[in-house]
Amino acid sequence: MAEEVVLLDFWPSPFGMRSRIALAEKGIKYEHKEEDLRNKSALLLQMNPVHKKIPVLIHNGKPVCESLIQVQYIDEVWHDKAPLLPSDPYQKATARFWADYVDKKIYEVGGRVWKTKGEKQATAKKELIETLKLLEKELGDKPYFGGESLGYVDVAFIPFYSWFYALEKCGNFSIEAECPKLIAWAKRCMQKESVAKSLPDQQKVYDFILEMKKHFGIE
Amino acid sequence: MAVVELFGTWFSPYAYRVIWALKLKGISYEYIEEDIRNKSPLLLQYNPIHKKVPVLVHDGKPICESTVILQYIDEIWPQNPLLPADPYDRAVALFWIKFADDKVYLMSKLYQADGEEQRAAVKEWLEMLEVMEEHALIGGKKFFGGDEINMVDIAFSFVAHWLGVLEDVVGLEIFEPHKFPRVSSWIQNFKSIPLIKENLPDADKMSAFSKHGREMMLASKSN
Repeated sequence: MAEEVVLLDFWPSPFGMRSRIALAEKGIKYEHKEEDLRNKSALLLQMNPVHKKIPVLIHNGKPVCESLIQVQYIDEVWHDKAPLLPSDPYQKATARFWADYVDKKIYEVGGRVWKTKGEKQATAKKELIETLKLLEKELGDKPYFGGESLGYVDVAFIPFYSWFYALEKCGNFSIEAECPKLIAWAKRCMQKESVAKSLPDQQKVYDFILEMKKHFGIE
Repeated sequence: MAVVELFGTWFSPYAYRVIWALKLKGISYEYIEEDIRNKSPLLLQYNPIHKKVPVLVHDGKPICESTVILQYIDEIWPQNPLLPADPYDRAVALFWIKFADDKVYLMSKLYQADGEEQRAAVKEWLEMLEVMEEHALIGGKKFFGGDEINMVDIAFSFVAHWLGVLEDVVGLEIFEPHKFPRVSSWIQNFKSIPLIKENLPDADKMSAFSKHGREMMLASKSN
């Protein structure tokens, strides 16, 4: 039976990017459907009635929601190529812990950097750098969080790199100055076709953030 | 034989998730009670990032975050599986576990709220219960796991036991059984399982402990 894979997505979403990367790593052909989040499609509302959010992975008509769950699902179903999760249970637990850490921290703290100003923004910037430094420490001397090749944590985290330029402009600071090893890791990931093709241009993301700021009345 | 240690607190729903998982699999473990106001150096060494319980230490190696711990336990000890074998069914189970995980904060949100904040917190609780009723428990199953409990039932356990304590502490009835018949049925089934029934923190003890803490917290809020 021919596999039918559809991804409901929104181009600047770091969560959507995770699934794009996983699908590309595995060489899976899929239909990419761009959603207008101000006018969600009937398909999206049907496939994710609980959250009504993207990304949604639809495999042979059945929806998988939540980006990290999609990445794990993709890894399990198409297990013969480019494994993303380690096979050792303890290493797998470590990978899940760090992906969970990225989930808990980066989006929320990063959000505060572009949504706030003054003292609140200063606090957010400080927290973001602390978070990134912790991740940098976890990376250590490995080329990827996954070791010698791109793994689950790399896929979970690298999408946020496409937002760094926008955050730096909004917050007037340099992430590379504080976390050079992390930026080196990010650039290494960007050398991979699966990543480069899945992440939007950083200037485009910045323009999008500026539009969002205008829309929400944030100076 | 490898040693299994569990760091927890007597009232933590997260710690109980791990206790039930270990007992379901018949795994012996040493339990270490933590005082969260005075965390042990060992806990801080094993969980430097979050400094929280539960932490499972297997053969000297720490695993943190209850959902990560449960998946680890399920992989190391495959008897009485806690997740479906089929990848799609597993993805659906993990979706509901994440949903439950993302809602546990409603416990402290309601606990800490008064006035307008409390009304908002109650509204969020009802919305969550509606999702459970309308989306999660369809199909007439006894448990989320089918005929036996699985990781999804364990993840929603805070609704089965801790919500009742919270209602007593804040003096509000949030869960009306007739409004949520499927959830109500599930709660009764879940709490009837001997392993669960025999391994729950005492509700009265939790209530007294929490009421006292809440009084102090609300008093300092208004100062």
